[in-house]
Amino acid sequence: MVNPGDTAWVLVSSGLVMLMTPGLAFFYGGMVRKKNILGILMQCLIALCVLSIQWVLFGYSLSFAPGEGFWGGLDWLGLSGVGLEPYADYAATIPHQAFMIFQGMFAVITPALIIGAFAERMKFSAFIAFVLLWATFVYDPVCHAVWGVGGFLRELGALDFAGGTVVHINAGIAALATALVIGKRTNIGKSMPVPHNMPFVVLGTALLWFGWFGFNAGSALAANGIAVNAFVVTNTAAATGGLSWALIEWLRNGKPTVFGACSGAVAGLVAITPAAGFVSIIPAIVIGLLVSLFCFTAVAVIKPKFGYDDSLDAFGVHCVGGTWGALATGLFASKAVNPAGADGLFFGNPQQLLIQLAAVGATLVYSLAASAAIYKLVDIVIGLRVDEKQEAMGLDLTQHHERAYTVLE
Amino acid sequence: MKLVIAIIQPHKLEQVKEELYKAEVNLITVSEVLGHGRQKGVAEVYRGTKETGNLLRKIRLEIAVNDNFVEPTVRAITQGAKTGETGDGKIFVLDLPQCIRIRTGETGGVAIG
Repeated sequence: MVNPGDTAWVLVSSGLVMLMTPGLAFFYGGMVRKKNILGILMQCLIALCVLSIQWVLFGYSLSFAPGEGFWGGLDWLGLSGVGLEPYADYAATIPHQAFMIFQGMFAVITPALIIGAFAERMKFSAFIAFVLLWATFVYDPVCHAVWGVGGFLRELGALDFAGGTVVHINAGIAALATALVIGKRTNIGKSMPVPHNMPFVVLGTALLWFGWFGFNAGSALAANGIAVNAFVVTNTAAATGGLSWALIEWLRNGKPTVFGACSGAVAGLVAITPAAGFVSIIPAIVIGLLVSLFCFTAVAVIKPKFGYDDSLDAFGVHCVGGTWGALATGLFASKAVNPAGADGLFFGNPQQLLIQLAAVGATLVYSLAASAAIYKLVDIVIGLRVDEKQEAMGLDLTQHHERAYTVLE
Repeated sequence: MKLVIAIIQPHKLEQVKEELYKAEVNLITVSEVLGHGRQKGVAEVYRGTKETGNLLRKIRLEIAVNDNFVEPTVRAITQGAKTGETGDGKIFVLDLPQCIRIRTGETGGVAIG
């Protein structure tokens, strides 16, 4: 039976999640040098275009059609059989296509998250090939394993409410793989380039935070108590993460920064994602407090030590924060919050933490290997990098024949 | 006293600064400018309309030096900014009749360093 309230909420949530990709574009766009902001905005925009089409043609079928293989089945190609009646295995009270389009927005933003790792140096044609291949050979199978009927991590009992594993760990570890394959930006010298437009980073953070209500609370797939729980803990973890990062900087570097508060808020949102429908408010605060400590360590200590150029910290925030969130779900999940979930370690079920570890491990290993292979393949066929002169002039002029800012009028 | 003005590629600024510090030239003014020489600028396209000859971003350096520092300064800029391709820029050396440090009122060579 289609429930009008549930359907309305899932459609609104789909719109909210769609807005996260342009939000991410400004979040990342503000961080790059001003010769490369259009490159970032265009990559996000085209990801939205290309992957929206991939999803309705075959991505949704590969991800969600019932099947026990690497992918889901091919029964739902071109949305055949995906109609306006509910499909009870996924969501019993909304039209099947509402579930499909909601999931489609996740499939768009996940590859877009990886952009942060290879920012400022990737050829646009290679980017299109990469996102299409990555969505098909990494996102779709991982999505199927965790959420699809017949998926092996779903059968195992892994909890991932809104995509900590499927979206954040998956994209975050792919980010590390791509940063390692493409190599460092040239001419960046000893000091990293500074963000050219901090207000855009704040704007992007605000849009992401706003859209994340759809991402997490929408993942209840109904306008019910679980959705409200997810909404409340999402806001709380974002707030705690933002505050926590700013405090860490204040203590360590002497001043709290805007960039730090934004990074912390996003890290908090990442970490609460797998847990949002399973944990209560105090665990949400703990998750938000600690995620900034872990992510700050990753981006400010570990990255400089190893020297990889994950330019905008897609690995440091999404993989590290997502891993913490997935494990925290195994610690703090409670059937008192969601009877359809499971109890975690602190509620007497240590087994759940092991299941979470297995899901995290499987995703890390598969995504790292497959992402590196796909990226390398694109490098061989098309070539990943723009040449040195183009990189110096910037992606805006060389890839798109435009510039973001004029100097004279 | 001389005033050294240099127009360089934006991405070469860091290297030029490094070379200048090595040559112990620490006082420098930097501004962002537009221009083109033999490079003839770049084409940009907006909604299908091609606009050719658009000016390229360049960096302009101004450095006031005493006469014995002219050579090291010019050498440092050249080393830092050179790629060997068109668009590397130019260095102009001008006579500088006077220099006054605002804080103390000192004039001439002592006011420069």
